[in-house]
Amino acid sequence: MAVTSPERRVWWNEPVERVEMIWIAVALLWGLFMFFFMIAWHFIGGQNLSTEAYRVVPSVYQNKVDEFAQKYQVGDESGTPIVRPPAGVDIYLLGRLWQWWPVLQLEKGQSYRLHLSSADWQHGFSLQPTNINIQVHPGYEHVIVLTPTEAGEFGIICNEFCGIGHHTMTGKIIVVDSKAEAK
Amino acid sequence: MTTVEGIVAATRERAANFRTCQFTGLKVDIGAQRLIIANAVAAVVFLAVGGLMGLMVALTRWPAVHLLPAEWFYLILTAHGANVLLFWIIFFEIAVLYFASAVLLNSRLAAPKLGWLGFVLMVVGAIITNVAVLQGESTVMFTSYPPMMARPHFYLGIILFAVGALIGVGLFFGTLMIAKAERTYEGSIPLVTFGALTAAIIAVFTLASGAIILVPTMLWSMGLIRDIDPLMYKLVWWAMGHSSQQINVSAHVSVWYMIGALVLGAKPLSEKVSRGAFFLYILFLQLASAHHLLAEPGISAEWKIVNTSYMMYLAVLGSMIHGLTVPGSIEAAQRRNGFNRGVFEWLRKAPWGNPAFSGMFLSLVMFGFIGGISGVILGTEQLNVLMHNTIYVPGHFHGTVVAGTTLAFMAGTYLVLPLIFQRDIIWPSLARIQPYLFGIGAAGISVFMMGAGTLGVARRHWDINFTDAVIGFQHSPGAFLMMGMNGISAILAALGGIIFVLVVVGTALFGKKIGPGHKMTFPLHSSAAVVSKYGSEGTIKLPGTIVLVTIFFLSFVLYYFVNWKYLSDLWLFR
Repeated sequence: MAVTSPERRVWWNEPVERVEMIWIAVALLWGLFMFFFMIAWHFIGGQNLSTEAYRVVPSVYQNKVDEFAQKYQVGDESGTPIVRPPAGVDIYLLGRLWQWWPVLQLEKGQSYRLHLSSADWQHGFSLQPTNINIQVHPGYEHVIVLTPTEAGEFGIICNEFCGIGHHTMTGKIIVVDSKAEAK
Repeated sequence: MTTVEGIVAATRERAANFRTCQFTGLKVDIGAQRLIIANAVAAVVFLAVGGLMGLMVALTRWPAVHLLPAEWFYLILTAHGANVLLFWIIFFEIAVLYFASAVLLNSRLAAPKLGWLGFVLMVVGAIITNVAVLQGESTVMFTSYPPMMARPHFYLGIILFAVGALIGVGLFFGTLMIAKAERTYEGSIPLVTFGALTAAIIAVFTLASGAIILVPTMLWSMGLIRDIDPLMYKLVWWAMGHSSQQINVSAHVSVWYMIGALVLGAKPLSEKVSRGAFFLYILFLQLASAHHLLAEPGISAEWKIVNTSYMMYLAVLGSMIHGLTVPGSIEAAQRRNGFNRGVFEWLRKAPWGNPAFSGMFLSLVMFGFIGGISGVILGTEQLNVLMHNTIYVPGHFHGTVVAGTTLAFMAGTYLVLPLIFQRDIIWPSLARIQPYLFGIGAAGISVFMMGAGTLGVARRHWDINFTDAVIGFQHSPGAFLMMGMNGISAILAALGGIIFVLVVVGTALFGKKIGPGHKMTFPLHSSAAVVSKYGSEGTIKLPGTIVLVTIFFLSFVLYYFVNWKYLSDLWLFR
């Protein structure tokens, strides 16, 4: 029994049942498949998290975001600037207690270099209802090439606990369909 | 090794005091028995406290109830994590280690006085951390990610607890050496002891990682260190946080084997395969820290892929092997016990009224189907972006730690009570339904949190209505439904938990003392009936188990690809 020593002193050369061998083979192959599928997705998939990142002093990052927002501001939502950068440029988003700043207005189908960092604690960038979730650290500037594939208004919520106002930390990305606008 | 040898030498002279168990024939060291009882009692106390906190958390997250105010919610959630994930589980595991070494090997326990020192350190540490949290300035969540800072004694309590636990692990190793030196057993150690040894080896790695990260973090909180890098913290902290879950896996798989053996007379189908599967845990389970770094900046894809897959899923392979050998050994035993008709008579006529068995089997099924599969999905490099930090994550680990580990430990307790406390279980009809109530509740909270997470609901979040947010946001109605169902499931699980605590406390205090010739309410298997050298001897066919693992495998593959489909619908990013 499992609670007593093996009855045979030499147990390691006992035969293994066929069903066990088959299951081990199946599980091993499935594991290898899953392993190589992660690698394959880097070549065949459109969703791979960027590994481009820089160390940055939070106040320096904050200045960059301010500059960016001033340059491209087109409006205002409840005190937060709405920023519409031209397609293809570097865009900046700041997580801080307790907001995502500023509101970004992007074009569907265009790619942007999105910079993400935090001014204070860790935050969780969570784009909803699309459900893209990325951790945001103070002191690290993460650069992600992002291409919105649908138009509409998307909420950003925070899903890393960041103190008592955590559940009030939100932001927004507005995606416009430029072709539809032109008509 | 010198310390272990020191323990052996220091205790060589102790006159051990033994009794012989009338059910198993094992020699039980009274010193070990007392320590097992103490650790099991402490475990149940922290389960009761932490479990009730969990109920409050779930009732707050049920939007229609919204029980606690925000400040209390985050505070109680912090305490809930520490009490159940650390204190309940590790106290119980220390009891399992003492049982699997001293009792199963007929040996005396190494240095019981040190064992008491470890126990006191653990109790004191657990209380200090609870006090720190309840004082209100350490609401940092169980994970305490910097730059968010707790008061120094929050970290101190956990450090003391870890040191105490490490002493217990040391005694386990010492006892193995004593048993070998004094030849208290023949040949190799039993499989259950081997599994416990796996847990103990992983525990050393885990507790050391905890010390390596929490000591500097405490110094930082005291103002002696200027800065803790948040990314480095996560890497090392999770070498404790996730690896400690691997202690749980090794420990509860051992408990599955133990219950199969004691209740049904099950033997491992093959010692080689089952031990090999445990060995894979030792080799690869520590890599799991990567599961918490898949959505972080600046970590290479190569590093993520190798680590998050436990080196090509070799540790997952270990669990999948146990997923066949545990039910397989039960099927083989049941067929030898005479339940040989059809594919599933062995399962239908299993002792479902015995809470040790029902709890064990539910734990096995739910750990595999809910906790196991969702864990692999979460730990896939790219798929992680779909649910990182959503409530899917607690959904997953309630499937592993609550439906899996906690339920297995509860089932094991129904054997510890008669065999170690030597009291017969009172209120057998309550005990009989307890694993079902708790199991269904635990399955519910896991599945519904996973569902809500798929719809984007954040974990550790007080208000999914975003009432006070400047820029509002509204989750889909489905998300609200899921959180409500989660609340209802939590009530079920809490009922099961309360019954468990009542039965344990009632039995420990008022249960009928088990004297010679006593017939237990939930009897053990009469092991004399079984004569065979190993579990699969006589080439017993296992059609039932084959059907079970086939269903498991198909669900796994299907769910895996469904998630890739979800991923491929997202915005593009690289």
